[in-house]
Amino acid sequence: MPDTGLDWAAWAVAVPLVGALLAGLLSRPGSRLGPGLGVVFGLFTALTVAGAVVAVWRDGPVRAGLGGWDVPLGIALSLDGLSALMLAMTAVVGLAVSVYALGYLRGSQMRGKFWALWLWLWAAMNALYLSGDVFNLYVTLELVGLAAVALTALSGGAAALGAAMRYLLVSLLGSLAYLMGVALLYGGYGVLDLAALGVAMEPDNVSRLAAAFMTVGLLMKTALFPLHVWLPPAHASAPAPVSAVLSALVVKASFYLILRLWLDVFPALTVPGFELLMGALGAGALLWGSVLALRAARLKQVVAYSTVAQLGYLFLMFPLMAVTPGAWQAVVFFALAHACAKATVFLAAGNLQRAAGHDRLADLGAVMRAEPMSVFAFGIAGASLVGLPLTGGFIAKWLLVEAAIEGGAWGWAWLVLGGGLLAGAYVFRVLGHAFGRSVRLERHERVPGLMAWSTLALALVSVVLGFAGAASLELLALHGGRP
Amino acid sequence: MTSLYLVGGAILFALGLHALVARRHLLLKVLALNVMGSGVFMVLLALAARGGVQPDPVPHALVLTGIVVAVSATAFALALILRVKAVTGRPYLPDHNGDDPA
Repeated sequence: MPDTGLDWAAWAVAVPLVGALLAGLLSRPGSRLGPGLGVVFGLFTALTVAGAVVAVWRDGPVRAGLGGWDVPLGIALSLDGLSALMLAMTAVVGLAVSVYALGYLRGSQMRGKFWALWLWLWAAMNALYLSGDVFNLYVTLELVGLAAVALTALSGGAAALGAAMRYLLVSLLGSLAYLMGVALLYGGYGVLDLAALGVAMEPDNVSRLAAAFMTVGLLMKTALFPLHVWLPPAHASAPAPVSAVLSALVVKASFYLILRLWLDVFPALTVPGFELLMGALGAGALLWGSVLALRAARLKQVVAYSTVAQLGYLFLMFPLMAVTPGAWQAVVFFALAHACAKATVFLAAGNLQRAAGHDRLADLGAVMRAEPMSVFAFGIAGASLVGLPLTGGFIAKWLLVEAAIEGGAWGWAWLVLGGGLLAGAYVFRVLGHAFGRSVRLERHERVPGLMAWSTLALALVSVVLGFAGAASLELLALHGGRP
Repeated sequence: MTSLYLVGGAILFALGLHALVARRHLLLKVLALNVMGSGVFMVLLALAARGGVQPDPVPHALVLTGIVVAVSATAFALALILRVKAVTGRPYLPDHNGDDPA
């Protein structure tokens, strides 16, 4: 039985990694071994994450050197409230997606490869959240990127392959920019440990250059406007469970790294106007993404552009932190609420696509009326995206607006509320088709129960989050962690 | 000498970035990324040589790990290019109208 939080967390990396290797080596196309391994290992991963979260809750943040070699010789793992919350977010969404994929991939050619890649991605994301070393973070970042691109290409169609290729080039470019920043940081300070860098950081030009390289590289991977053009084709052309994982989790991994760096390493480096620039890009993402979500003709494109828009909120972190230092906690809770809601919406879209055989918005009305459970799940998650009460999205926007008003930054508060209105417009644009004049039901394929129920279960998590705001903030307050 | 390698690394990085954006053939784009990677490695090696007679081993370890990552990423990228070529018949990115959801 693992005793410290880090022991639990180390298992949260090892378990999916072993699962990925077994699923990759043993399963043959068409065998039932892959799905079985995937679900069992997914379940165990979620259990180890639960153990890690409970341990952080009980004992506070922990840090340890890998293999007993401590910093500066060794490589540190660190687990604090922020890492624990990201691990938990990945586990909750990951579990729902795993169950969904059981139904979605039944009898599909993609089955064997999906489970190996998905468990691999899960292990890489968990490792990223636990790593306390800038170079180790580069390696995990690259693992996340390669696994995500491979999942995007899984369906093998021309659109998916093109989108995956573009995603790969952007992802590798982002990683290299990040690595250049790591090299400059090592040149300046001679250490790679996040905590040690944070202590030593001086506001000089080399550090600023390093911070710029790393931030721009990570912004590409997070798809912040105007670096977002690779995202909608990739997220819209992937199979439904993959879209859910990419939109809910993968972009959050690189966002987490931006947050971690600017929270623990670079805060001394901000220059006047930087916060405003990031806030303005966030606002641009919010408006441009919403406009394109309103114009998109296919359901999955609406959802993908909605991700571009919602990612804008995350970058309000910078202007808000300048006036209210604790605002990052509100942003992390927003990321959590968005992950649950966006995964649900993509899964529900997958259900409708399965039922109708296409996802052209204009012709979906009749199928939407025939699939009330998926539409209901879409509605709940959509309400969370808009920020309606009784959902996680409501609490997240409440916290953001509160942070803005507390710091006297009324403009950002209005932006948060205006973004909610735009989200309302594109969510109801989709839901409106369910209430339209009756179109004859041309084709209707039954949606497997596993898909419908896992979508609904994840939608209900958004509602649970509506009551979990205080607990999440308490967990996030357990920050840092010295040896 | 050290600054020569530093500047050389920076130039390789910039050249690679230019080719990545300007060249259309996917193979050239992947090669451009490799050139950028070599630029970063060269900067790391220059940093390792700074301390006088004894080179710093940490950047060497980073470069070795970086090469392993670069080789796997390149192998994956080449495999993906072959698939793109097999399915679409052209080793280029699909025509892309930026943000045009319709």
